[in-house]
Formats: sequence, C-alpha cells, structure tokens
Amino acid sequence: MKAAVVVFPGSNCDRDMAVALQQAGADVTMVWHKDATLPEGLDLVAVPGGFSFGDYLRCGAIAGQSPICRAVADHAVRGGFVLGVCNGFQVLTETHLLPGALMRNAGLKFICKTASLRVSSADTPFTARYDQDQLIRIPVAHHDGNYVADDVTLAKLRDNDQIAFTYVGNPNGSVHDIAGVISENRRVLGMMPHPERAVDAIHGSIDGQALFRSLIGQLADA
Amino acid sequence: MKATVTVMLKQGVLDPQGEAIRHALGALGFEGVEGVRQGKVIELDLADGTTEDAVKAMCDRLLANTVIESYRIDLK
Repeated sequence: MKAAVVVFPGSNCDRDMAVALQQAGADVTMVWHKDATLPEGLDLVAVPGGFSFGDYLRCGAIAGQSPICRAVADHAVRGGFVLGVCNGFQVLTETHLLPGALMRNAGLKFICKTASLRVSSADTPFTARYDQDQLIRIPVAHHDGNYVADDVTLAKLRDNDQIAFTYVGNPNGSVHDIAGVISENRRVLGMMPHPERAVDAIHGSIDGQALFRSLIGQLADA
Repeated sequence: MKATVTVMLKQGVLDPQGEAIRHALGALGFEGVEGVRQGKVIELDLADGTTEDAVKAMCDRLLANTVIESYRIDLK
C-alpha cells in the first residue's frame, strides 16, 4: 500500500502519522504543500494534525488553498483514499471534500485528553476491523473541534451511515456527538481524535491500530 | 479602492465566543447586554476597477466559510 503524508508549515503530527502507517505495513512518502502532484500509484493520502499556517483566517483555510490540496481533491475524485486527522479534518471540510465545519469548542478551551469514542459505523474501509459500536480510547488535542452542519446535511449523514465515530461524553459541543465523518463514497474520512497517537503500548492505548490495519487490509484484499 | 469585508457566523449558528464576551460584560457590571456576536473584519486594498463580483468570489472561495459564515462587502 502506497501512502503519502502531506506536510504544511505548522503540521506537527505528520511524522507520527507516517510511523503509524509504516507500522501497519504502508510504504510512506512525505509530500510538501507546494508540490502540485502526488506520487504515482498512490492509494492513500493522509492529511495530518497540527496548526497549518498558524490557523490564520480559519483552521485549515489557507492549507486548503495550497497546490497539494488540488492534487488531493483530484485523488479523492478518482476514488482514492484520504484520511484527515484533526487539522487534516479541518482542511477536508474547508476544501468541501467532507461536509460541515469545525468551530471553536463550545467550552472555548483547548482540549487535550484521551477521549472515549464509539465506532458508529464499522462499515467503512477505515473501521472494518472494529466491531460496530465498539468503544475505543483515542487522544484528542484541539481548540476547534466543534462539528457543525445544517439539518439537511445531518439527516444525509445519518441516512447514509456516514458518521464513523461519535464521542462518549461530548468534549467540544459537536452536534450529535460527531467525532468523525466519512464521504458518501466511503473513501474520505475526517476525524478530530488522533488514531496515530494510539498505536503503541507506550502511547497508553493501541486502539488506533485497527484503523490503519483496516485500511491496509482493505487494500491488500482488493 | 478599498473593500471592507465583514464576516459573521450565520444566524442560528451558536457563537460560543460571543456568549463568553456577553458573560464577561455582565461580570463587569454592564447591564442590558442581551446578545453578543463576534466576527471579523478584513480590509482589502484593491486595484481600481476591481468589481464587487471579484470580491464576492474572494469571499466565497477563501475569506468566509459559507457553511457557517455570512459576509458583507463595503466598497469605497
């Protein structure tokens, strides 16, 4: 499986993401935001967490306009896999690859803790190795993770089983406790919690491993 | 010429920062503040002849996230 991790000025989870993907068996290339093209034959693009462009204007807004993001959008349109975590999720909503938006946390504070999540849909290539409704522990670290979408969008997300993860004990005010959503074609996943920070015993949780193994298993089966 | 773009959260989108400001004003003893909404103002210095449609495109593509924000353009 060939994966690329996008690096913006201010990304800070890019190397953790690369390690998590490599540990699950992926061949990983780092790509810079000014690159206009992705490597050939790529299966997955990961958009990592961090504070791209200092979170200026809105989190993910400037990164969303970078040359590499046009290539990421093309990759998504071709049916390629895309994983956006934290700031990466914000970039994917800013580029409209995923619906909704991420606002300032309802409590206004930056939240850094391990969150309990429910796997709300195990019927995705990213979550196939979890059980439906399995409870997992994954760290969150964000200031703007309060997911919002209009009622029409929310109804569509529910009807199409596009809500991948929900919080158990909502930390940030997200509507319907939404922690992660997947695109209609089930190839683009965005989530605020950091699965790449839960892939080694030293992290205190290895509940993120199944996400990377699901994806790589999916591609190996294909 | 100049354009002033005012970006606000849409009506109906809860503004937690505005709410915090309202509480703080109350704590300072200012009475009768029934609602606060916080937005941002972006000033653009533009070449003469830039059209309002061009500024509108800037708002739609970058300056505002129209999923949650609305904007107003004042051209001078």
